[in-house]
Amino acid sequence: MSNIAKAFEKGKAFVPFLTCGDPDLETTEKLVKAMADSGADLIELGIPFSDPTAEGPVIQEANVRALAGGVTTDKIFDMVRRLRVTVTVPMVFMTYANVVFSYGPEKFISICADLGIDGLILPDVPYEEKDEFAPICRQYGLDLISMIAPTSESRIAMIAKEADGFIYMVSSLGVTGVRSEIKTDIGAMAALVRANSRRPCAVGFGISTPEQAKKMAALSDGAIVGSAIVKLVARYGREAVPFVADYVKSMADATHSA
Amino acid sequence: MTNEKGRFGVHGGQYIPETLMNAVIELEKAYDHYRSDPQFGSELTSLLNDYAGRPSRLYYAEKMTKDLGGAKIYLKREDLNHTGAHKINNVLGQALLAKKMGKTRLIAETGAGQHGVATATAAALMGMECVVYMGREDTERQALNVYKMRLLGAEVVPVDSGTGTLKDAVSAAFREWTNRIADTHYCLGSVMGPHPFPTIVRDFQSVISKETREQILKKEGRLPDAVLACVGGGSNAIGSFYHFINDPSVRLIGCEAAGRGVDTLETAATIATGRLGIFHGMKSYFCQDQYGQIAPVYSISAGLDYPGIGPEHAHLHDTGRAEYVPVTDEEAVNAFEYLSRTEGIIPAIESAHAVAHAMKLAPKMGRNQIMVITISGRGDKDCVSIARYRGEDLHE
Repeated sequence: MSNIAKAFEKGKAFVPFLTCGDPDLETTEKLVKAMADSGADLIELGIPFSDPTAEGPVIQEANVRALAGGVTTDKIFDMVRRLRVTVTVPMVFMTYANVVFSYGPEKFISICADLGIDGLILPDVPYEEKDEFAPICRQYGLDLISMIAPTSESRIAMIAKEADGFIYMVSSLGVTGVRSEIKTDIGAMAALVRANSRRPCAVGFGISTPEQAKKMAALSDGAIVGSAIVKLVARYGREAVPFVADYVKSMADATHSA
Repeated sequence: MTNEKGRFGVHGGQYIPETLMNAVIELEKAYDHYRSDPQFGSELTSLLNDYAGRPSRLYYAEKMTKDLGGAKIYLKREDLNHTGAHKINNVLGQALLAKKMGKTRLIAETGAGQHGVATATAAALMGMECVVYMGREDTERQALNVYKMRLLGAEVVPVDSGTGTLKDAVSAAFREWTNRIADTHYCLGSVMGPHPFPTIVRDFQSVISKETREQILKKEGRLPDAVLACVGGGSNAIGSFYHFINDPSVRLIGCEAAGRGVDTLETAATIATGRLGIFHGMKSYFCQDQYGQIAPVYSISAGLDYPGIGPEHAHLHDTGRAEYVPVTDEEAVNAFEYLSRTEGIIPAIESAHAVAHAMKLAPKMGRNQIMVITISGRGDKDCVSIARYRGEDLHE
């Protein structure tokens, strides 16, 4: 069983996201430790990309700040190496195809495996293009995470059948970012996933309050939260650790109670 | 030329979020249906002919030919089309297709504003809503086109993210499409993005070389020795090349924007300075750093100021079937002035990149040889910025 599957074993999973290097890697390192200590079950580490086409303004701006601060893929690898000495929570990288492709997919994925990274989320690699990355991920024991969107409809079965790790259910149309209301029928999406896969599924995009996290986790196997955390980092910068820790704890508690 | 999943050699593909996959599949199905539908074909032909003014002229540039003293030069006059550029060819096709698909709203990106104006025009004609995304910097250097789009009833959204140029406008349009798919067609302006866009846009632009071929055979009784066109994403170039690809005697030359030079960071010459990557839905060549971060490119020409090139061009480069050459700002501005003075034709600064290379190449060719340069657009929109480049401040 992969570490990602284990993250969902104890019950509903809370999955927080951070953009690495925003505002700097020392702070990211502290934030990851704080999130692990505050009840995160799986941590999504964003490797910044210059043109993140699936992101809303909050995460776009975090990418700009991180890159302006000089963060690179290699520096992020070094940070994860330091983190893995103490942090045992499963971790996945979230980035864009070109970051992995330009590094060399096999080189990138083999380093991830050495570092103890458990999976990879590439929002611009749909089912049709996954064969470029999935076989290498399998070879090195990483899960390439599949995404399902409200527009996926008849594609859900096909995607779910071949999914590894967990299935990332995109809650709404559009890009990442906080939403006051999620209108998609998440329960129906989750039912289709479950009919076609034994992998757990978690809901992301638009979740920011404990009530939303609880509701989404109740309909699936977990809740993923990005922009709301990145907003706290944008607001408090290097002082963000206690604020993020408190927030993650409240969200993890709500998710676990679902 | 395309195989499964819209590949051109290793290039192309569909690197987009899952949210958009059914939209591009729906588009591909609709296009496969309508491309062979005679009714669609005749509606599009009458729009192109009666509304856009096709076929465009193939003009023998006698003074330029004599002045350069080499190849006989013909200009394919896409600048004479309605809205002043080749962009209308693709837009009328896509707007008609979108309408058949039941879409009521067009969104588009624009660099120089020509594609935005063409899309706003087609939307006005067909009674569709229209929103155009344009980099903030471009809204400033192409203010006249912003006014035209608004006059035509479109909403123009300035894009502040990234470098505030064409690539950011494309990203913004993709984000908006992800947000609203059911009633909206993304009318992509170049031979780029995920499959089926590079094929659809190429097919709609291939009318250029279809006409050129017929016209040159009629005028000269033979094919040209070289066809030149400027390349950003590459839509007028692929349109100019397409019906000559299987004629190896015809040299196909794409002229890229080198900005201040390919040895500087202020360039947009993708073939000269880029490497293989994945961005904006496609695998192709992109200007990028060692970690795959897309480079902030530069050109005096807003329409060529893009860090990538369409996948079919990348493949034509790989196979050696087409050549791609860099042309600097200075060379393009000289050509802009040269064609104005010599032939009384003010070309778009984009098209002037092709004219600039022709000025270097034509004298090296024999007088019995024939060259065709596609003048992709007219230069009215560029007069203020070229005057500024020459140190003259114009106030209208």
